[in-house]
Amino acid sequence: VENVRLLDRLSSKKSALGTLYLTATHVIFVENDSETHKETWILHSQISSIEKQATTATGCPLLIRCKNFQVIQLVIPQERDCHDVYISLIRLARPVKYEELYCFSFNPKLDKEEREQGWKLVDLNEEYNRMGIPNNYWQISDVNRDYGVCDSYPTEVYVPKSATARIIVGSSKFRSRRRFPALSYYCKDNNASICRSSQPLSGFSARCLEDEQMLQAIRKSNPGSDFIYVVDTRPKLNAMANRAAGKGYENEDNYSNIKFQFIGIENIHVMRNSLQKMLEVCELKSPSMSDFLWGLENSGWLKHIKAIMDAGIFIAKAVAEEGVSVLVHCSDGWDRTAQVCSVASLLLDPYYRTMKGFMVLIEKDWVSFGHKFNHRYGNLDGDPKEISPVIDQFIECVWQLMEQFPCAFEFNERFLIHIQHHIYSCQFGNFLCNSQKERRELKVQERTYSLWAHLWKNRADYLNPLYREDHSQTQGTLHLQMAPCNFLYKFWSGMYNRFEKGLHPRQSVTDYLMAVKEETQQLEEELEVLGERLANLQKSQLNDSTVKSKQQDRSTQLGLSTSNNSLANTPQEYSNDLKSFPSRSPSQGDEEDSALILTQDNLKSSDPDLSANSDQESGVEDLSCRSPSGGGCLQSEDSGKDSDEAVFLAV
Amino acid sequence: MLRSSQPLTGPNRRRCREDELLLGTVLDEEERGFIIDTRSAQAAKQARMSGGGTEPKSFYPQWRRLHRPLERGRPLQESFIKLVEACNDSSISMDRWLSRLDSCRWLSHVKAALSTACLAAQCLDREKVSVLVHGAEGTDTTLLVTALAQLILEPSCRTLKGFQGLLQREWIEAGHPFHLRCAHSAYSHARLKQEAPLFLLFLDCVWQLSRQFPFSLEFSEHLLLTLFDSAYASAYGTFLCNSEKERCLCKVKESTHCLWAWLNQPGERKKYLNPLYTHNPLVIWPSVEPQSIQLWQGLFLRWIRSSQYLDEAWAEIQHLVESS
Repeated sequence: VENVRLLDRLSSKKSALGTLYLTATHVIFVENDSETHKETWILHSQISSIEKQATTATGCPLLIRCKNFQVIQLVIPQERDCHDVYISLIRLARPVKYEELYCFSFNPKLDKEEREQGWKLVDLNEEYNRMGIPNNYWQISDVNRDYGVCDSYPTEVYVPKSATARIIVGSSKFRSRRRFPALSYYCKDNNASICRSSQPLSGFSARCLEDEQMLQAIRKSNPGSDFIYVVDTRPKLNAMANRAAGKGYENEDNYSNIKFQFIGIENIHVMRNSLQKMLEVCELKSPSMSDFLWGLENSGWLKHIKAIMDAGIFIAKAVAEEGVSVLVHCSDGWDRTAQVCSVASLLLDPYYRTMKGFMVLIEKDWVSFGHKFNHRYGNLDGDPKEISPVIDQFIECVWQLMEQFPCAFEFNERFLIHIQHHIYSCQFGNFLCNSQKERRELKVQERTYSLWAHLWKNRADYLNPLYREDHSQTQGTLHLQMAPCNFLYKFWSGMYNRFEKGLHPRQSVTDYLMAVKEETQQLEEELEVLGERLANLQKSQLNDSTVKSKQQDRSTQLGLSTSNNSLANTPQEYSNDLKSFPSRSPSQGDEEDSALILTQDNLKSSDPDLSANSDQESGVEDLSCRSPSGGGCLQSEDSGKDSDEAVFLAV
Repeated sequence: MLRSSQPLTGPNRRRCREDELLLGTVLDEEERGFIIDTRSAQAAKQARMSGGGTEPKSFYPQWRRLHRPLERGRPLQESFIKLVEACNDSSISMDRWLSRLDSCRWLSHVKAALSTACLAAQCLDREKVSVLVHGAEGTDTTLLVTALAQLILEPSCRTLKGFQGLLQREWIEAGHPFHLRCAHSAYSHARLKQEAPLFLLFLDCVWQLSRQFPFSLEFSEHLLLTLFDSAYASAYGTFLCNSEKERCLCKVKESTHCLWAWLNQPGERKKYLNPLYTHNPLVIWPSVEPQSIQLWQGLFLRWIRSSQYLDEAWAEIQHLVESS
C-alpha cells in the first residue's frame, strides 16, 4: 500500500511517508525518502494486537502493538486499504499451523551439519554432570522415556537414588498434570537440592503413599538435613481454594519432616493484567512524574517482580546457608515454579551467570520442564487467557540483578533483550510448542535453527565488559537483602521503552568499555609480537639501531575520535511557545499573556528523531554501528545482527 | 543569558527607565528576548501587592515572558524531608513505595528544574534568542536554572575546573544564601523558615545529566556528594555566609582555606574524576520523561544500602580505562 504515513509515536507532527508491504512473515514499511529508504520490519509473530482507529481527515489510523513493546502507528489514506491491511494482519498474526511460523522458512544459509551442531550447543546431560550427577544420591531415570508418565516432562529426569520407578509413577498420579517432583538444581558442596513439581491432588484429605515416599527420598538424598522445605509459590488463599477442586498443597501432618511455606506470587491472569496496565502507562503522552509513578504502582508490576525475586532468595538461602533441600511448586509447576527455580539457581551458582550457563538455565528450567511457550506467548492463535508474560518477568528479574551487581554477569542487557525478542519472534525453533514431546513430534531440530547457536556466534555483542571470572561478585552466591529494598527495583525502560531512543542514555557505556577492552587486548597482543620481533632483531643486528616500533593513535583506533562531531542530539520539545511573538493590544489590562501559562498539556516532550537523517546525536560515536548500513548510525541494540531479520529500526 | 531578581513594579505599575534601557541594550532593534520567570503567573501577579511583580509588556515590548513555576522555600524543604523519611522507612511495602515516592514530589521538582533549564538553553541555542531568568529574589531558582543551562550548553562547564568555576560564579558569587539555606538539612526538628535544598536540587539535576550522558562530565558522583556535604558543613570556607559582602566582612578569604584549592591537588583530584570522560563539544539535551529521571540512590540511600557492588563496578571501569 502506497502513501502510508508512519507516525512518530510521541510527536504526531513528525511522520514519514512510505510504502507498506505485507509478506508471509513480515510487515515492512519503506520510507520514500530517497536518501535512506529506511525500513521498518516487523515479524507477524511479534504482533500482539492491532487497533483500527477512527478515520480522520488525514486517513485511517492503524495501531500495531508488538510483543517486544514496539508500538507502530500507521495512517493509511484509503479506508478500504486500511481495512484490508487490518484483516490481513489479524490473520497473519494469528497463525493456525506451526508451519506458518517464520522459523520454518528462515534460512541463515548454514549447512545441515552446522544446524545440528547449533542444537547440540546446549546439552542438559552435560549440565547435570557438571552439577555432579549421577552420584550416590541422584540418578537419571528413564521412566518417562516415551512420555508415558508425564507428557510435559522431558524423557530424561533426575531423581533421588531411593526413588524407584514405582514411587515415581505413584507420585505422578498424585500430582496435577502428572508432574512429579524432579531435580532442578543440585548443590554438590552440601548436597542440598532444588526440586520442582506441581501441586498434589490432596483435596482436603487425600493421601498417596508413593508421593510421601517421594518427598522422603528427596530428604534422604541430603544427609546434611533432617527436613526439607516445601514451598508453594501461590498466595495461600488460591492454594486453599484449589483444595475444593481436589488439589491443594502438602499437609505437614502427612508428610514427615517437611516444613511448609507459602510465598505468594500471583497467577498468570493477574500478571497479564499487570503488564497491560504498565504498558498503558508507557503509552501516555507527556506524563507527569505523578502520572508515571502512580500508573506504575497501580499496575503492580514491580511488586510482582519483587515477589518472584523474594521467593528465589528464600530458596537460595535455604540451600546455601541452611543446607536444606527445597521442593517448589505452584499449581501446574510450569510458570511460577520455573521463575522461582531459575532465579534461585542464578543466585546460587555463578555458572548460570555466564552466557553459556544462562542458555543452559533456560533450556533446563523452561524448555525441558515443559513451560508452555506456545500458550503463553501465542506462537499460534489460541486462548487469550493463556497468554502471560511469565518468562518476561524472569528476564526482568535477571536485569534487576544485573543493575545491583554490575560485575556479576558475563552477559549484558542486550543479551536479555534479544532473548526476549526471539521468544516471541519464532525465528528460531527453541521456543515452539508446549513441551519437549510436541517439539520432537514437530521435528523442530531438523527443520529449524537454534537461537543459542546464533547468539553464541554473536557473543561479542553480548558481553559485559565489567565481568571478570575472578571478581568477588562473580564467585559464589549473590547476596541480596530481602527487605526492605523497594527502591532497588527500577523501571526497565530499556525493555519497555526499547524503541523510544530519546529516553535512553545516548552513549552506550557497555559498548565503549567493550571497545576499550578489545583494544587493550589487541594492543597487548601486538606488544607481545613486537617485543618478540624486537628481541629477534636485537639478536641479529646488535649494532643496528634503527628498529622502529609502530605507534598507534589510540583514539582513532578505537574510533572514538571526538572529531567525528557530525552528530549532535536534539532537544525534546520543552515548550510549545518558542514560536512567533503574539501581538498584544496595549489596552489589555492583564499583563499576563494567558497563552503563555504553560500547563502540562502544552509542555510537549516529544522524542527527538534520532534517525540518521534529521538532527543528530551528541557525543561519542555509537560504536556498535561501525559499519554504517544505508546511511548513518543506528542505535546500539537494535542494529540487528540477525542476518536474515533485517534491522528493526526504531520508529 | 541574564539573571536578575524581580522588578519592583508594585501595585501601581511603577516604571524604571534605567531598567528598561539596560534590558534594551541586550537586544538589537528588531530582536526579541525571553524572560523566564520561575514563579507561576499567579504568584508573580500577587508579588505586586508586596512591591514586586513582573515586567509590564508595554514597557518591555521586545521581551516575551514565560512562566515556569519552580518550587522553592518551605515546600521544597518539606519535599526533601519527606523523601528522606520515605527512604528510611523500612515498613513500606512495595505496593506503596512508588506512590510514597511520588507524594514527596522531589522527582517532580527535578523534572521541572531540568525542563526549565532546557528551555532556557533551547532559547539560546536553537532560537538564538537572549534570555533573562528571574524569580523573586534571584538567589534560588534563578541560579538553579542559569547554572544548569550552562552545563547543558557549555562543554567547558563540564570539566572539573569549569564546573568549579560555574559553582563559584553562579552559586557562590551570585549570592545564594548558603548559610540560611543549608543550615540543618533533613533531620532537624527545627523547621527554619529560610532553609531550602536548592543546591541539592541542583546537584541532583547534575547527577541526572551524568546518568544520561555518562561520557560528558569530567567529574564523578563522588564530587557531587562531597559538594552536598560541604554546603552543610565543611573544613573549608567556600560555602560560608550568604553573600560576597558577608564573606568580605567576615574575612573568609583571609581566615579560611578554599575547597577548590584542596580538591584540585593532584592527589585529591583524581578521586573526583569520571574515568569515562571524553570531551564533548556539543550541547547535551537531557530527556525529561519520567522514565529518564531516577531517584539519586547514591545520595538518598547513601547510608541505607551498601554501595559496594556499584563501587566495585566503578573500580572495574577505572581499571579498564586506565589499562588501555
